[in-house]
Amino acid sequence: MLSYALFIALMLVTASVALSFWRLLRGPSLPDRILALDTLYINTIALLVLLGIHLSSALYFEVALLIAVMGFVGTVAACKYLLRGDIIE
Amino acid sequence: MRRLLPHPLLTLTLAGIWLLLVNSLHPGQIVLGLLLGWMIPLITTQFWPEEVRIHHPVRLLHFICIILIDIVLANFTVARLILGRPGNLKPAFVSIPLELKSDLAISFLANVISLTPGTVSARLSDDRSYLLVHALHLNNTDELVTTIKFRYEKPLKEIFEQC
Amino acid sequence: MLEFFISALILTGAIFTFIGSLGLARLQDFYTRIHGPTKATTLGVGSLLVASTLYFTFHEDSISLHEVLVTLFLFITAPVSAHMLCKAALHLELPSLAKLPESQTNSTAPQRQSSKDQHD
Repeated sequence: MLSYALFIALMLVTASVALSFWRLLRGPSLPDRILALDTLYINTIALLVLLGIHLSSALYFEVALLIAVMGFVGTVAACKYLLRGDIIE
Repeated sequence: MRRLLPHPLLTLTLAGIWLLLVNSLHPGQIVLGLLLGWMIPLITTQFWPEEVRIHHPVRLLHFICIILIDIVLANFTVARLILGRPGNLKPAFVSIPLELKSDLAISFLANVISLTPGTVSARLSDDRSYLLVHALHLNNTDELVTTIKFRYEKPLKEIFEQC
Repeated sequence: MLEFFISALILTGAIFTFIGSLGLARLQDFYTRIHGPTKATTLGVGSLLVASTLYFTFHEDSISLHEVLVTLFLFITAPVSAHMLCKAALHLELPSLAKLPESQTNSTAPQRQSSKDQHD
């Protein structure tokens, strides 16, 4: 039962990666693209967690945590760039 | 005492985070966590000008429970709105007058607003008296303002600021 | 029983993640799009992480709590990045379905000026 749930969940999360990627390519403005990238990070975390359960390995959490940290810093830096035209002042 | 242990709450939080990170409760790890929790605030003390004071810890827990329930309900609301027809949405900007003064309380409020029913905090006015909020679907402006003021702002004011 | 519960959590999480991204792809203007990822995705990933905590706690006979850290981190950072994005969008004056609030012209004015100069 768990394997079926994992299968469906992996499909749904992959579909959402595809949707965010579509927004990333299409997004009319820069904030749209940054938002799509941010969503892509979060979707990747979801994929990694599912993969960790599927493989019964806790190793993937460090990766998920790193992606969360780097994704947040990246989003904030990109927003700062849009707001100020400069990242480090 | 003050200079040796500038932020006791931060020390405990950092020790807790360390234990979660190494995922064990080995006594050695607890000592190392407490050591890190003691040293990091000491080194970064310049970045923490004001000490965090929580006046009602029990009320804070109660507030966090309310927020968690609201987050779950908010997700169902937003999911329904997203799956519905996009043409039916009535998004709006609302500015909410703030009574909170301290930085921590304001950022807490902004985070809570972003996490709960169909609202995202968009901008804080420069004199910190208004918070601009974007609502995904708004029927009644006054209702939203009263909800935010009484449900979220009032408890935060009691928790973080002496009244 | 436990397996059923974990499966249910995984499915809810995945469905919410999907709805969040669907909102991102489907809604019409930037300010409404931002609602999808910040809420649905946070709860989606949150329940996936709870499911994984339960799974690893019961399958490996040792309490596994470092998923809590990822959840906590996501719940703290998601609103912050949403706020920053919204602020950037307002700064760029992106078109919106709702009436845009009048832009502020007080103390951030010098910074806004300088950033405009650099853009031009």
